[in-house]
Amino acid sequence: MIVLIARRFILALITLLLISIIIFLGVEALPGDAADAYLGQSATPESLRALREEFGLDTPAHQRYLNWLGDMLKGDLGDSMARRKPVSEVIGNQFRNTVVLAAAAAIVGIPLAIVLGVFAGLTRDKWPDILVSLVAILGMTLPGFVTATVLIYVFSIRLEWFPAIAMVPTDAPVIEILPNIFLPIITLTFIMVAHILRLVRTNMIEVLVSNYVQMARLKGVPAMRIVFLHALPNAMLPSINVIALTLAWLLGGVAIIETVFNYPGIGKLLINAIGDRDLALVQGIAIILAGIYIGVNLIADLLALVLNPRLRTSRGH
Amino acid sequence: MSKNLIEVENLSIGYYNKGGKLVHVLKNVSLSIKPGETLGLVGESGCGKSTLGQAMMGYLRLGSQVMEGSILFSGKDMFGLSTRDLESIRGNKIALIPQNAGEALTPTMRVGKQIIETLELKTNVSGAATKNRMIELLGQVRLPHPEVMAERYPHELSGGQQQRVVVAMALAGQPDMLVLDEPTTGLDVTTQAHILELLRDIVAELGTAMMYISHDLGVIARVSDRVALMYAGEIVEDASAAEIFKSPAHPYARGLLASIPRLELAGIPNSMPGQPPIPGSLPGCSFTPRCPFATEICSSEPPELKMILQTPHLVRCHNWEKVVATDFSQELKDVYHIVEHKAQDVSAIELSDVEITYHQPNMIDRLRRTPEPPATVSDITLDIKRGETLALVGESGSGKSTIVRTISGLLPAKSGVIQFENCDLTVNVDKRTMDLCKKVQLIFQNPDASLNPRHTVAEIIDQPLKLYFPKMTRDERRARQIELLERVRLDGRYRLRYPGQMSGGEKQRVAIARAFAAEPDVVLCDEVTSALDVSVQAAVLDLLADLQQERNTTYIFIAHDLAVVRAIADRVAVLYQGRLCEVGTVDEIYSPPYHPYTETLMGAVLVPDPDTEPKLLASDTPELAPPAKGCAFQRRCPKFINDLCDEVTPPWQYPQDEDGHKIRCHIPINELLVV
Amino acid sequence: MTVTTQAVEELSPVKRRTPLADTWENLRRSWGGMIGLTLIVFHVLLALSSPYIVPQDPQLMDAPARNEAPSTEHLFGTDKLGRDMFSRSLVGGRVALVVTMLGTALAMTWGGLTGILLGFLGGKTDEYVMRVVDALLAIPWLLVLLLIISILGTNPWVQTLTFGFTYGYTAIRVARAATLDYVTHEFVLAARARGERKRTIVLKELLPNVLDVLLVDGAMTWSWMLLGFSSLSFLGFGVTPPTPDWGFMIAKNREILAIQPWAVFGPAIMLSTLIIGINLFSDALAKALGLDRSQGAPV
Repeated sequence: MIVLIARRFILALITLLLISIIIFLGVEALPGDAADAYLGQSATPESLRALREEFGLDTPAHQRYLNWLGDMLKGDLGDSMARRKPVSEVIGNQFRNTVVLAAAAAIVGIPLAIVLGVFAGLTRDKWPDILVSLVAILGMTLPGFVTATVLIYVFSIRLEWFPAIAMVPTDAPVIEILPNIFLPIITLTFIMVAHILRLVRTNMIEVLVSNYVQMARLKGVPAMRIVFLHALPNAMLPSINVIALTLAWLLGGVAIIETVFNYPGIGKLLINAIGDRDLALVQGIAIILAGIYIGVNLIADLLALVLNPRLRTSRGH
Repeated sequence: MSKNLIEVENLSIGYYNKGGKLVHVLKNVSLSIKPGETLGLVGESGCGKSTLGQAMMGYLRLGSQVMEGSILFSGKDMFGLSTRDLESIRGNKIALIPQNAGEALTPTMRVGKQIIETLELKTNVSGAATKNRMIELLGQVRLPHPEVMAERYPHELSGGQQQRVVVAMALAGQPDMLVLDEPTTGLDVTTQAHILELLRDIVAELGTAMMYISHDLGVIARVSDRVALMYAGEIVEDASAAEIFKSPAHPYARGLLASIPRLELAGIPNSMPGQPPIPGSLPGCSFTPRCPFATEICSSEPPELKMILQTPHLVRCHNWEKVVATDFSQELKDVYHIVEHKAQDVSAIELSDVEITYHQPNMIDRLRRTPEPPATVSDITLDIKRGETLALVGESGSGKSTIVRTISGLLPAKSGVIQFENCDLTVNVDKRTMDLCKKVQLIFQNPDASLNPRHTVAEIIDQPLKLYFPKMTRDERRARQIELLERVRLDGRYRLRYPGQMSGGEKQRVAIARAFAAEPDVVLCDEVTSALDVSVQAAVLDLLADLQQERNTTYIFIAHDLAVVRAIADRVAVLYQGRLCEVGTVDEIYSPPYHPYTETLMGAVLVPDPDTEPKLLASDTPELAPPAKGCAFQRRCPKFINDLCDEVTPPWQYPQDEDGHKIRCHIPINELLVV
Repeated sequence: MTVTTQAVEELSPVKRRTPLADTWENLRRSWGGMIGLTLIVFHVLLALSSPYIVPQDPQLMDAPARNEAPSTEHLFGTDKLGRDMFSRSLVGGRVALVVTMLGTALAMTWGGLTGILLGFLGGKTDEYVMRVVDALLAIPWLLVLLLIISILGTNPWVQTLTFGFTYGYTAIRVARAATLDYVTHEFVLAARARGERKRTIVLKELLPNVLDVLLVDGAMTWSWMLLGFSSLSFLGFGVTPPTPDWGFMIAKNREILAIQPWAVFGPAIMLSTLIIGINLFSDALAKALGLDRSQGAPV
C-alpha cells in the first residue's frame, strides 16, 4: 500500500518535471523575450543588449532552465517584465478568484451531476433520461463563450437578474465577489455537470446490467437497496479518476469564461500575459495550472486507492 | 405421490428482433420438480436452458416476453406476481446459484456482509445472531477459517471459494428450491468434484429441491435424480437419470452420449454433424436435419412430448420405438474408433531441463536483493517423437500453456534446451528463422479470440501462405485456400465469411486450416476443444487425428479433460505447478501405478454414468505458487509421507524400464500400485 | 448410428450482411445519428457553396444600415459596420471547417498509429513515451494552442498542423487503450508466433480492430477541435480579419448584444448546429459500432 502511494507520488513528480521542461521550451520559442517586453516601444538594439545581459538572457537555455527551476523550488517565480512586479504578486489574488469560481461551480456541480447521472441511468431510454441526456449534450458541446453569451442575454439583458460582467476589484473579499459571479458560476456548472453526468450515467447503466446486480435482484433484495448498496458504490469508484480529469481539463478552459465575464482570474491573466509576451508570467501560470492538474489527479488516484477494495487489497502477482 | 413444488406448463418465451420478427428462445416447455428432488437440465450452448432457469425465478431478460404458458411455484404464478411478492419469494423460497460466482458477488461488499444481507432480508434471525449464523453458513459450505473469510472482498477469494460463498448465500434464506446455473463450469476438476459433493450432501440434509443446469453430462449424472434434455428451446426427453443414461430414447440423447470421450474407453467417439436450428424455425421436429432415424413425417409434423413405457419417461420423437429397439450399450462400444498412430522412433522435439519464469526483478527487488521466487515451470525434460501426440495434462496453473508458449516462441525460457532439428527453441520468435516459424504452428483454445474478427476466412488462411510461401501467386494461394478448407471439411465458399458468421466448431476448423497451411512439422494444440460443445468436439478431434496422419505431424496437445486426452494422445505428461509428476503412454497413465496427483485427477473426473462416483483424494485448496523445495504436490498430497516430501525433490521411478513410464514420487512403486 | 465425418459439411445458414452494411443499418435506425449526419452534410455543402449563394457580399459595409434588426433584407440584421449578418454567418465557418477536418484527419492518423504501436510494443518505450504524453496532457489545452499559435502564427495551414498535433496526443491515449484490449487476444499472439513482422501486425491485425474506436474518437475530436478553434478565434487568436469567422464575430458583436442580439445569435447558431451535429453523429456511431459501453450491454 505504502509502496503504491509512493509510486504515484514519484510518478507525479516526474510528470511535473517533464511539464516544466515543456513549458520552458514552449515559452522560450515565443518570438521576443523578456527584454523586448520590458522595453516595449522604446527599445533600441543597445538598450536591449544591455538589458539582456542584466537579466542573464545571454546565458545558454539549459542554464536558464535550471535557474528558473531552482528559483521555483524556492517559491520564486521570477518577475513579470510587462507589469514590473514579482510574478507571485501578480498571480496572488487572481489565482484566488479563479479558485473561488471553480470551487463554487464544483460544490454545486458535482453532487448535482451525480444525482442527475444516477437518475438518468436508472430511467435509461425513458423520457427523463432522454431529457437529461439532451441537455448534457448541449452543455458538453456548446463552446463556453456561446453558453455564456446566451445566459447573459437572457439573465442580464432581458430579465436583468444578474450583472452581465463580473467587474470586481482583483482583491475584493470573497463575500463581495460571489453576488457578482452568479452567471460565470452557472456557466461553468452547466458545462461541468454535463461532462460528469454523462460519465456517471454510463457507469451506472453498466453496473445495473452487471451480474452482481442481477444476482442481488434474484436474491430478492429490494430495488432501492440494490441501487444504493450494490450499484452506486461500484458505479462511482471508476468515476473518481475521470471526474478529476474532467475538472482539471475544465480548469484549462476557464480562461474563456473569465474573459467573457471580464472576471479577474488567472485564466484571463494568462491570455493577457501571452498577448503582452510576459514570459515569466506565462511560465508561472502554466506551471501552476499544470500543478493543479497533477495534484487533482493524484488526489483522485489516492482516493480511489483508499476506497476501492480491489485496488487496496490487490495481491500483486 | 407428493405435490409438485414447481410446475412449468407449456412455456414459450421469445423476443422480437430488430426486424420485428418473433424469435423463440423456449418453445412449449413443460416440466415439474417435486420437493427435495434434483432435476438435471442438460443441453448444448444456446438451447435455452439458462433462460428456463431464470424464468423459474420469475426473471426475464429485458426484451424477452412470455408468449404462452406459465410457471407455478407452490401454486403461485411467477409471472403474475407483483414486484414486492416476487422480491419476497426470491432468496426466501427459491434461490439461485449462478455460473460465475466471481461476477455475481458485489465487488465493493465484504462477502460476510452479503450473506448477512440475505439473512436480514429473508429470515427472522436478527442482532448478534446474524453474524453467528453467517459464520455457521460459511462453515457449512466447508470454507476454512469462516471468520477470516467473512471479512474478505470477493476478489480476494479463489474461484472455488467464491462459489462456496454463493452457495452459502443461497442457503441463508433456507429456500425450498435452488436453481443452479452451471455452478461449476470454469472450475478445476478437483474443485468441481468437491463442490458437487458438498451440494449433494446439503440438499440431502436439508431436503431442498434443485434444478441443476449444465452442459456437462458427467456433472448431470452425478447430481440428478431426474434429467431433462433440451434441444433448440424444447425439452426432448425427460426421464430418471438411470433411464436417460442407460437407455436414452431420443436420437439426440443417443448422439450426444455417443459423442463424449470416455475415461475408460480409448479412441475417438462419434460426432454429430450439423448444428441446432433457431427454436421453432423448422416446421417439423427440430432435430430432423441431424437425425439418423428421421422419416418423412419428421420434417412436416412436430412431435409431441409423450410418455413411453411404464416408468415416467417422456420423449419428443416420432420414431422412438425404432430408437429404443437398438441396444444402446452395444452401440456405444462400437462408436469409439481408435486412431492408428505411426509415431517414429525419431525425436521431433527434445526438452531438457527447461525452466521458465514470468518473474522480472524490478529495481526495488534488485536493491533489496529479494530472493527470486521459484520458477513457474521448472525441470522439464521430455522427448517427443515424430508423428506422436503428447498430451500435457494438469489443472489451471500447472504451467502447461506456459510450456507451449515457450516452444512457440512467445515466451523465452530462462534456462535449458529445447532441441528441434539442430535449432534451439528457447529463444523468442523474432530470433527464429522464417523456416523455423513455419515448422512449428500453434492452435488456440478459443477460436473467437484466435481469429481476427475483421478478416475473412480467405484472408485468415492467406496469412501463413503469404508469409511462408512468398513465391505463390494469387491464384495458387486461392486454390490452396479452398483445398485447405476442404481438408478441414468446410465448403470452399466459407472463404468469404467473417468469423462472426460461423459457429464455434466451424471457426475452430478455420484455425486448424490456418495452422496446417504452413505445412508444419509440429502443431501445438492449446485446449483446442474445450470451448466447443461435446457434439462438435468429437468431430474436431477426429479431424486432428486425420490431419496428423497425412504428414506424420507431431502434436503437443494441452487439455484439462482427461477423457479427451485418452481419446487422442499417445503419451501423457502430468504436470503440477510447472513440475512433471508422471510421464508415460496413455495406457500406463490411465492405470496404476499412479502418481498421487494423477490419482487425484482421475478420481475427480465425472463420467456420464449415474452409478459411478468420484473419489476425492486431495483438498481443492488452490495454490498460487510452487513450493521452494521438495515435491511440488507436497501441500495437497493425500499420501504425504513426511519431511522428505517437504525438503527433497522426489526421484524419478520407473515401473518398467528407463525409457518408458516414469513417476516422480518418494513413495515406492509397489505402494503406488495400491489404489 | 453411423455418421460419416469425412464429408465436407454443408454451408451453415448465415446473415448475409457485411459489418459495414450492419453498421449503416444500425445508424439509419437512430434518429440522433440521422439528425447529426444531416447537420454535418448541410454544413459541408454550405462551406462548399456559400460564397456563391450568399444573398449579399459578406464584406460589404453598408454604413447607413448599421446595427439593424432582422428584416427580410437582412435575415439576421446587420453588425455595427452595416455588414449583412446572414451572409457572414453562412460563410463564417469555412476556414474552421477546413482546418478542423484536415486537423482531425492528421491527429487521428499520427496519434492513432503511434498509440497502436505503443500499445503493441509495451515495455520501456511505451512507458517513457506515455509519460511525455501525460505531461503534455497536463498542460491546459488552451495554453498549448495559444503558445503554438503565438509562435507560428495564424496561417490556416499552420493552424491545421497545430490542431493536428495538439489533438493527436489525446488520440494516442485512446488508440493505445483500445490496442491494449487486443494485444493479449490470441489472434495477435498467433500472428507473433507465426513470425509476422511488427508492421504487419500493427497494420493488418490491430488497426482494423482499433479502427472503430478511432472513428468514433475522430468524430469527438473533430467537435473538440471546432470548440478549440472557435475559442481561439473568440479570443482573437484565430482567423485574421476581415475573413469572417464565427468565433471572432461572436466576440466582436457581443458589444451590441443588447441592441442587435442576432449579430451574435446568427454565428452562434451556425457554430452550435455543426458541433451538436457532430456530437449526435458520434454518439450514434458509437452505438452503431457497439462501442458505447452503456448501450453495448444486453438489454
